[in-house]
Amino acid sequence: MAFPQDIDALTKAFSGFGVDENAIIWILGKWYPEQRRSFRKGCSQFFWEDERLFERWDDNHIAFLEREFLRFKNAMVLWILHPWERDARMAKEALKNREYDILIEIACTRSSEELLGTRRAYHSLFDHSIEEDVAYSVHDNNRNLLVALVSSYRYEGPKVNEEIAKKEAKTLWEAFKNVNKNPIEDGEVVRIITTRSKLHLKSVFNHYKVVSGKNIEEDLEEDSSLKDAIQCLSSPKAYFSRILDIAMMGGADEKHKEALTRIIVTQADAYMKEIAEEYLQQYGVSLSQKIEETTKGNYKDFLLTLVSRGV
Amino acid sequence: MATLVVPDHPSPVQDAESLRKACQGWGTDEKAIIQILGHRNAVQRNQIRKAYEELYQENLIKRLESELSGDFEKAVYRWLLDPAERDAVLAHVAVKDSMLDYQTIIEIACVRSSEELLAVKRAYHLRYKHSLDEDVASHTTGDFRKLLVALVSTFRYDGDEINVSLAESEAKLLHEVIKGKAFSHEEIIRILSTRSKSQLNATFNCYRDAHGTSITKSLLDDPADEFLAALRMAIRCITFPQKYFEKVLRNAVNKGRTDEDALTRVIVTRAEKDLNDIKELYHKRNNASLEHAINKHTSGDYKAFLLALLGDKEL
Repeated sequence: MAFPQDIDALTKAFSGFGVDENAIIWILGKWYPEQRRSFRKGCSQFFWEDERLFERWDDNHIAFLEREFLRFKNAMVLWILHPWERDARMAKEALKNREYDILIEIACTRSSEELLGTRRAYHSLFDHSIEEDVAYSVHDNNRNLLVALVSSYRYEGPKVNEEIAKKEAKTLWEAFKNVNKNPIEDGEVVRIITTRSKLHLKSVFNHYKVVSGKNIEEDLEEDSSLKDAIQCLSSPKAYFSRILDIAMMGGADEKHKEALTRIIVTQADAYMKEIAEEYLQQYGVSLSQKIEETTKGNYKDFLLTLVSRGV
Repeated sequence: MATLVVPDHPSPVQDAESLRKACQGWGTDEKAIIQILGHRNAVQRNQIRKAYEELYQENLIKRLESELSGDFEKAVYRWLLDPAERDAVLAHVAVKDSMLDYQTIIEIACVRSSEELLAVKRAYHLRYKHSLDEDVASHTTGDFRKLLVALVSTFRYDGDEINVSLAESEAKLLHEVIKGKAFSHEEIIRILSTRSKSQLNATFNCYRDAHGTSITKSLLDDPADEFLAALRMAIRCITFPQKYFEKVLRNAVNKGRTDEDALTRVIVTRAEKDLNDIKELYHKRNNASLEHAINKHTSGDYKAFLLALLGDKEL
């Protein structure tokens, strides 16, 4: 008979985010056949009684475990990759899975030179330009925005024309107010969001608040590419902080969970300190602590190491 | 092939000194300026600029701007800039032009290689504190904007690989869109502005094979339609730039008024690239050499300068 607390511990060891390799070694490694059998019998979460009289492992859970075991390896590979190759591979995958928010994240949070590097790596890896693949694969009204975002090569200097920023804030406001037209289909909205420098856009968004009385994100529909783009451009650390929180929420699906690896790895050398500060402010608990609570094993240790580098 | 003729080992310091001498005193020795600058390549011109600045604490370009005038001055100014800077200046002038000189923008976006276009955009950032994309976007509207911004912001794959079945299907798509004439410009713009040049050539070949006529001829519908003209121009620049430039030169001298801006632009930007091929095409097409046309339609120092860039051994 296996001790109940061992059963409990082992169940926990592979029920979350990453796997607790140590618990598995020390508990499971010691168990003889009867103990393993009583685990299978006592754990209806993962096993069920097959008609041919054996305790069968649920296929979904096997798949789940595979993913959780892979999390550390995936994080490590992403960490080693050259940032350009990393972003290019992520972009390709995102395009294939229609995860436009990831494309937007890459296009909007990287610097002009980083995005350019990603485009170069994409050439090498896939013999196509990223914009040609995006233009070819996206068929809905997100297309123009996405193509323009991945093709952008924004000015990064300090000069901003306040008069134009003010005018463009008003243009955006009027476009968002227009109930007859989806703003993502408005040429002026796309032009401003995809070609102006980030500093200029900050000024536009400030003027927007004056003109509309609200933050620009509040005037946009939830779950829209436009909102993602604007959030990434105006406050990337708030964006990253939000995505991290969603990833670590109980019941998060795989797509959302993947973001934890992606963001920690891609931001460890960039905005990590700011993201951690923002996270603490937004959610009242430190990012490291939340990771400690939510993840397990080598995966957890790896993430915590990355997070504490810059903080 | 280039037409520019340069001596074996010019000395930038000596050149800087000679140019200084040419600018001093009462008049300007334009002949000396042409003799030197008309026979130096981009690297050498850069060295001369540096040497001049070190020797005299003065910007050579600014000095020449004040000494020279007219079309000659414009040509020398553009010639002295390094290629990326030059294209940035040309693009900026084109964008700010009240009539929007889309021809120059299309030329720069479509004739230059991916890396060259990138260098232009970097130079543009530095010089104008804006991105080329944002300036083109804010000075255009509608379909023109979509086309030009797309052409300017692309970073085409520069490999030789082509996907034949994709070329066939996109040739078919283009034909349907053009024939349907309910011009969904979106697809034409997508293909033209994102596919690699090799892939586009393959696509246009498939088009011609399947329909017996070139895609540019199919786009000839309404001669007054500027958008179609822009499309044809982009296609020509991508598929056969030398032939496109020959036509620009021919038009520059054949109309009532000689278009010096076009002459300068083509000769200055191609002298170190393929002006020789363009010259040959010109001769074939016009029964007379390009030098002959320049001789007939331009004069003075401007003429002498252009002829020097054309490799005229006279000077």
